[in-house]
Amino acid sequence: MSLARYTVRRLLLGVGQVAGITTIVFVLTEALPGDAAVVIAGDQPDPERIALIREQLDLDQPPWQRYLDWLAGLLHGDFGVSLISQRPVLDMIVGSAAATVLLAGATLLVLVPLAIGLGMLAAWREGGRLDRAISAVAVGLYAVPEFALAILLVAVFGVQLGWFPPTAVGTGPNLLAQPAVLVLPLLVLLARPICSLSRLTRAGMVDALRSEYVAHARRLGLGAGRRWLAHALPTAAAPVVQQLARTTDWLLGGVIVVEAVFVIPGLGTALVDAVAARDVPTVQGLCVIVAVTTVVVNLVADLVAFRLAPRTAGAR
Amino acid sequence: MSTAARLRRRTLLGGGAAVTAALLAGCGADAPAGSDNAAGSATPKRGGRLRVAFAGGGAAESLDPHLANLFNEASRAKAIFDKLADYGPDVSIQPRLALSWEPNADLTRWRVPLREATFHDGRPVRAADVLASYARITDPDRAFRAKASLSLIDLRASRAVDDRTVEFALTRPFAEFGNVLAAFGAYIVPEGSESFDQPIGSGPFTVSSFTPGTSLLLARYPDYWDGAAHLDELEYVIANEESARVNALLAGQVEYAHDISPTTARSYAADDRIAITRMANSGLQGFTMKLDRPPFDNRDLREAMFLLTDRQQLVETVLSGSGQVGNDLFGKGYQYYADDIPQREPDLDRARSLIDRAGASGLRIPLDTAPVAAGFVEAASVFADQARAVGLNVEPVQRNKDTYWREVLDNGVMACFRSGAMPIETHISQRLLSTSTTNATKWMRPEFDDLYATAVSSADEAGRRQAYGEMQRMLHAEGGLLVWGFADFLVATAPQVGGVSAEAPANTLDWARFDKVWLA
Repeated sequence: MSLARYTVRRLLLGVGQVAGITTIVFVLTEALPGDAAVVIAGDQPDPERIALIREQLDLDQPPWQRYLDWLAGLLHGDFGVSLISQRPVLDMIVGSAAATVLLAGATLLVLVPLAIGLGMLAAWREGGRLDRAISAVAVGLYAVPEFALAILLVAVFGVQLGWFPPTAVGTGPNLLAQPAVLVLPLLVLLARPICSLSRLTRAGMVDALRSEYVAHARRLGLGAGRRWLAHALPTAAAPVVQQLARTTDWLLGGVIVVEAVFVIPGLGTALVDAVAARDVPTVQGLCVIVAVTTVVVNLVADLVAFRLAPRTAGAR
Repeated sequence: MSTAARLRRRTLLGGGAAVTAALLAGCGADAPAGSDNAAGSATPKRGGRLRVAFAGGGAAESLDPHLANLFNEASRAKAIFDKLADYGPDVSIQPRLALSWEPNADLTRWRVPLREATFHDGRPVRAADVLASYARITDPDRAFRAKASLSLIDLRASRAVDDRTVEFALTRPFAEFGNVLAAFGAYIVPEGSESFDQPIGSGPFTVSSFTPGTSLLLARYPDYWDGAAHLDELEYVIANEESARVNALLAGQVEYAHDISPTTARSYAADDRIAITRMANSGLQGFTMKLDRPPFDNRDLREAMFLLTDRQQLVETVLSGSGQVGNDLFGKGYQYYADDIPQREPDLDRARSLIDRAGASGLRIPLDTAPVAAGFVEAASVFADQARAVGLNVEPVQRNKDTYWREVLDNGVMACFRSGAMPIETHISQRLLSTSTTNATKWMRPEFDDLYATAVSSADEAGRRQAYGEMQRMLHAEGGLLVWGFADFLVATAPQVGGVSAEAPANTLDWARFDKVWLA
């Protein structure tokens, strides 16, 4: 299959996936008990007031009508307005995306060289003490849940020792204004992907180094550096790139725990708030953004993998 | 703990603590140094930026004071805007923008002179602004929270006598008109205000910048009628998790953390980085029993429930001791509270015999609860244990926290309940009259309604006090609200913060009020 045809097929599939996800999210949000009017009324659940709020928010319209209206708006690039704040959903998403994108970007920037480097180091000393040490730490660290690690880091380095700010409160949406606030969240976000990626790199390298074509390269007299970087690494990297795509989805999904513990007003926080408030347009908008990002990131990863290791993609 | 649980905790309360350092609230600009936590400096000092951390409403929060619902929204509203009147420490009504309120003979027209005050853009606060604000709140096409409270004002028949005098016409005689002026969310905005991105108010602070869900920066308004604030700047930041608020305070990222759990207060009792202020009588904690259906249509069984409750144990376990026992009545310590009614004590023998007489031995009673306020789930389980001791099978049922209040209003037979501060008259009219829309106990007694009508249509203060006492005796004897305790409300501050009032139940004027706070 050609790269172009593969791309088109994957894009069409992606559009279908986004449409499916938004429909499912809409149905699920509808299935939750209560609606935005009930949540807004809170501890003053005056039935008349609830009815009035419902009418203002068009919640008295049948669900299919609201869904179609929303879809129609979306086709014009209109994400609708929040039921709670009455501000455009897109503005809210853009506002909360900044922190999440920054966090995800910074994580990837540190993650990729570090994880691949560690993986290659382990493969280089396969079976040796260094390899076993790296593997042991990776497996152990991978087993620690994010929230536990986050709370531990905050307690020790934030509150006890005071080396880093324990939260990002007061920093504003631009976290770069005060880079120290990024340190602890980054450590938490790095902890698990660094383990999975370095393990994958190591396994891929070990396999590739044992393969026939690397052996051939050695017989041709190529130096160890070139054998490793130009021949073994690209093959080993294919599964790593795909895992990296999944890590990116996870990061963009907001990593709700990290955002909550460190008080970072990102997409994860926005999504949790919107679901709690039954703010359907905002939930929908966020889901579309996350779904589109996921589809695109995975598409790119698959294309890269296709280029790196045509044999695997050809087998599809 | 889920972010959402804290987030959506609407308007009112949290947990609470033991007794306090009391001292004055300090309403006047020249209030003596008082009201301050142990460590704060006693002499007010000018200047500085105070950073305060609250749980918030995320990116959907608004500075429209008429939409205020959450704690942080209520606090911000009072920093930027004013009401005509507000709740004092005993929830009596204190004048704010209104100098006074004087009725005509039959209590249907009230004349309200306004004090000399200006909005942040220099315009005076006029009668027209007051009428326009109330018209916005009561707009039939909108659903602001204060709408019901203001509904007895006939705005078309009301008028501006001159720029600084409003004459309100009411649809019926009403003696407690001050309660209307102080209603939650009844803020005065300049005539024609519709956009609140950069709002103009008459409050002690002006808006510098606002990022919804993240930060609100305010600056002192030098011409504030109640005396300019001590602080140069005030910044609200949002941290939904209690632990995050405390951590931010410990690390010096904020100087004031709102809504702290009793456990946290105890952990840091000896830590000189934190000072705790306990605001007593902030939150009623109790259970509602529905009177219009079995099993609680049986008066004996209700009395048995009152008698089997070990209130002290509930306060100790659920509130970690940060509170006081209740006496099945709303508003302990508030104006008109019937403190002459003896405190109910546990009497298990009598409870058992009442249960037998009601034929309810071994009865299964579902008790609705949800993690919607601090201590709800724990209270249900402690109470279930207490009921088991006298042969009742109370079974806690977890409800959805986001829609809890609507669900338990009409459904079920028994539910966990809590309430923040409001005048006793407001509590009665909203929740205990046959016509009340949020009558969770289904208490519907024509003779009670009559008593209320008599009380609020009479100008006779002593007679009114007597009627409130009578109504409370009826409720205490056979009502459906089992009030086991009153939680303290806890805030934590850095040691250099002075002027945080302890005599301020949550939702009253001096609670979360920052124009009287200073940084030493």
